[in-house]
Amino acid sequence: MDAQQTLRTEVEQLVRVHGRTRTALMPILQDLNRAHSYISEDAMLAVSDALNVPRAEVYGVATFYSYFSVKPRGTYVIRICRTISCAKQGEYHPAIAALFDELEIGMGETTSDGMFTIEQTNCIGMCDQGPAMMVNEIPHIKLTEASVRSILNEYRHAALAAKKAQ
Amino acid sequence: MDPKAVHGFVGNKLSFSEVTPRDGIRMAAEMAAEDVVAIIGASGLRGRGGAGFPTGKKWEFARSQEGSSKYIICNADEGEPGTFKDRLILTDFPELVFAGMAIAGRAVGAEFGILYLRAEYGWLREHLDAALERCRAANTLGNNILGASDFSFDISIRMGSGAYVCGEETALLESLEGRRGDARNRIPFPVQAGYLGKPTVVNNVETLAWVPCIMVKGPSWFAAMGTRKAPGAWLFCVSGDCKRPGIYEYPFGTSLRQILSDVGAENAKAVQVGGASGTCVPPAQFDRTMTPGDLATGGSIIVFGAGQDMFAVAENFQHFFCDESCGQCIPCRLGNQRMLEAIGKMRKDGLTVDGERNVRQLAQTMTVASKCGLGQMSARAFLSILNNFSGELPGHV
Repeated sequence: MDAQQTLRTEVEQLVRVHGRTRTALMPILQDLNRAHSYISEDAMLAVSDALNVPRAEVYGVATFYSYFSVKPRGTYVIRICRTISCAKQGEYHPAIAALFDELEIGMGETTSDGMFTIEQTNCIGMCDQGPAMMVNEIPHIKLTEASVRSILNEYRHAALAAKKAQ
Repeated sequence: MDPKAVHGFVGNKLSFSEVTPRDGIRMAAEMAAEDVVAIIGASGLRGRGGAGFPTGKKWEFARSQEGSSKYIICNADEGEPGTFKDRLILTDFPELVFAGMAIAGRAVGAEFGILYLRAEYGWLREHLDAALERCRAANTLGNNILGASDFSFDISIRMGSGAYVCGEETALLESLEGRRGDARNRIPFPVQAGYLGKPTVVNNVETLAWVPCIMVKGPSWFAAMGTRKAPGAWLFCVSGDCKRPGIYEYPFGTSLRQILSDVGAENAKAVQVGGASGTCVPPAQFDRTMTPGDLATGGSIIVFGAGQDMFAVAENFQHFFCDESCGQCIPCRLGNQRMLEAIGKMRKDGLTVDGERNVRQLAQTMTVASKCGLGQMSARAFLSILNNFSGELPGHV
């Protein structure tokens, strides 16, 4: 089965879970985005056909929400809270500086091994416990230089373990 | 993950901890729908998302709509910068929120509830699903709730995907229907034609959590907590330069100075009340009170200490609005971009008479001509900073 056919099968499975209705569009895109770290053009075409929603509208939705991406990203998407309430850290808090230093990439970039992408995000509701960031769906709070390095190592180990398990 | 890992500090005893959600549902189950609406109306409860619409009135509008297919939606798309009370409420009191939704369902004649959870709180999903299962097992959700033959209600959870504007109720409905979060025109209001065109009540998490408390303890208990004009209490989220950031419950009418003293921020230089779309309060106004009509708020209090550059704050908030504008109307899409440029320029070169006139005109245009609350509110923080802290701009005499 070629890659496109595999995707269509995957979308059909998601349609069985969420339904073949317009209201299923968000849940289906959310599952695809989680599984692949992004929503590819092929995936959008498959969803468009499966739900009978115009392609432009699928693209419109996929590009509206900040958690969706239509470009490939790392396995782990790190979102740094940039809102001033979050300990007023900005890009230059020592903990955040350690993140860039450790991964050797800039804002919006992905590490060469495809493991991490760094993005900025608005308030994640951790203002009382900043500086804070999300890694995929998990929040990390009260960040320090040391905690940032150990958090990254934990995700590296998790990725290695997952690879071995395959 | 265990939500307790990011629980945070709670500064005083919360009313929510004194009520058993099941008791509230039982009372509603034994009552006629119009009596439930009357109790919530009599309490004076207003929406806690920021707009402050009377909850009883919203329910009455929905109740009077024809048809049996209606929806109760819990808006858990808490995105206002500096707000994190929904995080705490959904961690500690999810059954109270679900009970509030079921009671709302009883009141307006709806059998379906949806909790729209922001993507940033995806880690709460498992915890909430488990709480829903507990409610179904205890028959406080499901068919014939607590034995009442005419009371059925269930809830499903739907996720957002990262869009501040979806906290606006009509944008939230668009998102639930599988579309971009573009705010709708009203009329019709959601209580007339909301989710899938059906009468829909959209209430904030905190609003719904108060509902079973009011059922159990009575509307006069609730009203007695605040002032005559503004009954009740509110959860405040305190962050920024203070010794004890966290969640605090206060009755309406509490002064900002009282709150600052409790959180250890007596020497604050400024306080942002109401998040990015709120206002910035200078020390001369710290005796103002937390009351609609004075300092109206969605619950966010961000404290700024002596070292803070206030125009850096304005620029940070302005970036936020540029990011989060949905882009469908020009005053908001372009207005916010121009405003960001103007703030950057005045931080660098100071403020000229012409520059100030232009930026105030722009702010007014955005306020009156934007389609939804996002654009209508986005100049407020900047204007309050300009009015109170223009002495910080370069070249100021």
